[in-house]
Amino acid sequence: MTSLSSCLLLSALLFAIGLAGALMRRNAILVLIGIELMLNAANLNFIAFWRYGPNPEALTGMMFVIFSIGVAAAEAAVGLALIISLYRHIKTTNIDEVNSMRG
Amino acid sequence: MGETADQFFVILQHWLVGHAPASFRPLLSALFSVVAILVVFAFLFAITTVLERKGLGRIQNRYGPNRVGPFGVLQPIADGIKSLTKEDIVPQAADKAVHFLAPVVLVLAAFSLYAVLPIGRNMVLANLDSGVLYFFAVSSVMELTIFMAGWSSRNKYSLLGAMRAIAQMISYEVPLILASVTVIMAAGSVSTVAIVESQAGYSGILPHWFVFTPWGFTGFILFMIAATAESNRSPFDLPEGESEIIAGYYTEYSGFKFALFFLGEYLGMFAISGLGITLFLGGWAAPLSFLTWIPSYLWFFTKLLAMTVMFIWIRGTLPRLRMDQLMNFAWRFMLPMALLNLVTAGVWRFLPHGVVRWFVCGLLVVVPYVFLSRGLMQGWKLEKRVYRFAE
Amino acid sequence: MLFMIFAILTVAGAVAALSLRNLVHSVLALTLAFAGLAAVYLQLGAQFIGLAQILVYVGAVAILIVFAVLLTRDTRATSQSIISSSRIGSWPVVLAVFGILAWAIRHSARSQWAIPPQPETSIQQIGNAMMLRFALPLEIIGLLLTVALIGAVTIAMREQEETR
Repeated sequence: MTSLSSCLLLSALLFAIGLAGALMRRNAILVLIGIELMLNAANLNFIAFWRYGPNPEALTGMMFVIFSIGVAAAEAAVGLALIISLYRHIKTTNIDEVNSMRG
Repeated sequence: MGETADQFFVILQHWLVGHAPASFRPLLSALFSVVAILVVFAFLFAITTVLERKGLGRIQNRYGPNRVGPFGVLQPIADGIKSLTKEDIVPQAADKAVHFLAPVVLVLAAFSLYAVLPIGRNMVLANLDSGVLYFFAVSSVMELTIFMAGWSSRNKYSLLGAMRAIAQMISYEVPLILASVTVIMAAGSVSTVAIVESQAGYSGILPHWFVFTPWGFTGFILFMIAATAESNRSPFDLPEGESEIIAGYYTEYSGFKFALFFLGEYLGMFAISGLGITLFLGGWAAPLSFLTWIPSYLWFFTKLLAMTVMFIWIRGTLPRLRMDQLMNFAWRFMLPMALLNLVTAGVWRFLPHGVVRWFVCGLLVVVPYVFLSRGLMQGWKLEKRVYRFAE
Repeated sequence: MLFMIFAILTVAGAVAALSLRNLVHSVLALTLAFAGLAAVYLQLGAQFIGLAQILVYVGAVAILIVFAVLLTRDTRATSQSIISSSRIGSWPVVLAVFGILAWAIRHSARSQWAIPPQPETSIQQIGNAMMLRFALPLEIIGLLLTVALIGAVTIAMREQEETR
């Protein structure tokens, strides 16, 4: 297994773990943690292709990851603010109980 | 002769490593540097504990420790024996794994900070291309360990102290990084070795250190204030103030782990002083051009000692800041000053050399300082100052 | 070899982050996963990205998540299972996603290409790229971060006109 495919496999594994956590856990913060893991897996993918791709001098992969890290941090901040605000109203972070709009 | 004394440790390292087969040489030379850093800075920590206690004692009109050894200089040995033999109490409800890991990771991170500081000519452990960024990345790991320490003790005071400490450290990281960015902008590189080299050279007998420019002076003061806050030292030691919150986030630590926290904190203080010296005070360069025959590492340690004495002096003199005063100071005074300092550094670079440059940049620094400090004290009213005296 | 160690560390941290019952422990395991990823980035030669990962993720995002955990503590006893019962049906989806990705990686001809030599990137080049070619995304992301943080603070602020 070449280095590129081992990096990509690690990235796919992290993505699957993040996806599993985001789909299955009850707590809203853990869903957010799963989403952050998925974003990190995508970043790893970009860096792996930057390193082992045909044109590493163009720095495109690196630039994308820099901006992706920035966007992920902003999204984590907004997501956590929403969770805190939700907690103030419903007094719980259990996403199964946020069902007042169902039906 | 001066050259040999200056490069003494480098030559020693090469001689020692030359005895080994060629494939082991990089590892052995790195090992030599690591051991040297561990020994030197741990020894410096020991000296500083006694210096601080005696210095604070004299400022407070009392003797410091003076029983162990002549004038108390062997006190660190007594302290070491005490902390090693004290019982290690872990609260029953504490989170054992995290409680144990917190001081360990703190000391690990604190020692890793020295990897990018150039202690002398050719004496840096890792000449990273992004040395200053590495420094800030590792010091942000230290914040997380403080949270781990405070939370794992399952003690309300510890958690409160840890939360305050993290809020303070994150708030003061912003002016710290902005002050460093001005230096990076002026030197044109993020590598610490390149920053020191860009401050080499003398015009007449005066050096080209960045602290001797208006933006550099402001940046240095901002950096030092933020460094005091980052190391949780007085006057920013609300998270660990003894009269307020018992001991803050290390209330529940005793014996060797407490000593490790102490060690981590002092090492962090030395490291950030070292970075301040590298960025603003010219690193290992001599202050006057006819003093360059003194070895470079001696200059670095002299400057480090001077900054440590400043830290101790400030600790003994200024009262503690309250939490809201602290946060106000960081966000409403230091952040605008740091941003304006960035503009000043840019203006300095593009104006031609001469008096005009000094005048313009001096104004750009002094005027916002006056307005911002008036703003902090009087809520932006800009009136004549009113003094309240005790009756 | 070194890559294998970091990869195992990262995966262990990720699995622990999403299966531990105690929230603060899971955040600390997530920090371990981030640190493992930063080590992988450093090993691949992306020095700036590895250090920025530690600075941003470990130093800021992890602390943010920890603050949120402490502010939204559920004081009732959690005797329910950590897995939402209606979500058992998501296992096939996850396994399918991972299976398809792994199959695609294994069978693609791209992975068999020659490995180019280590690129010599310096911060200077990144700075140049940021200021010249990627200047517009830089400004946009500055604006995005400002708006996101102002929005986050506004949402999470205590509303003054809340009913008492």
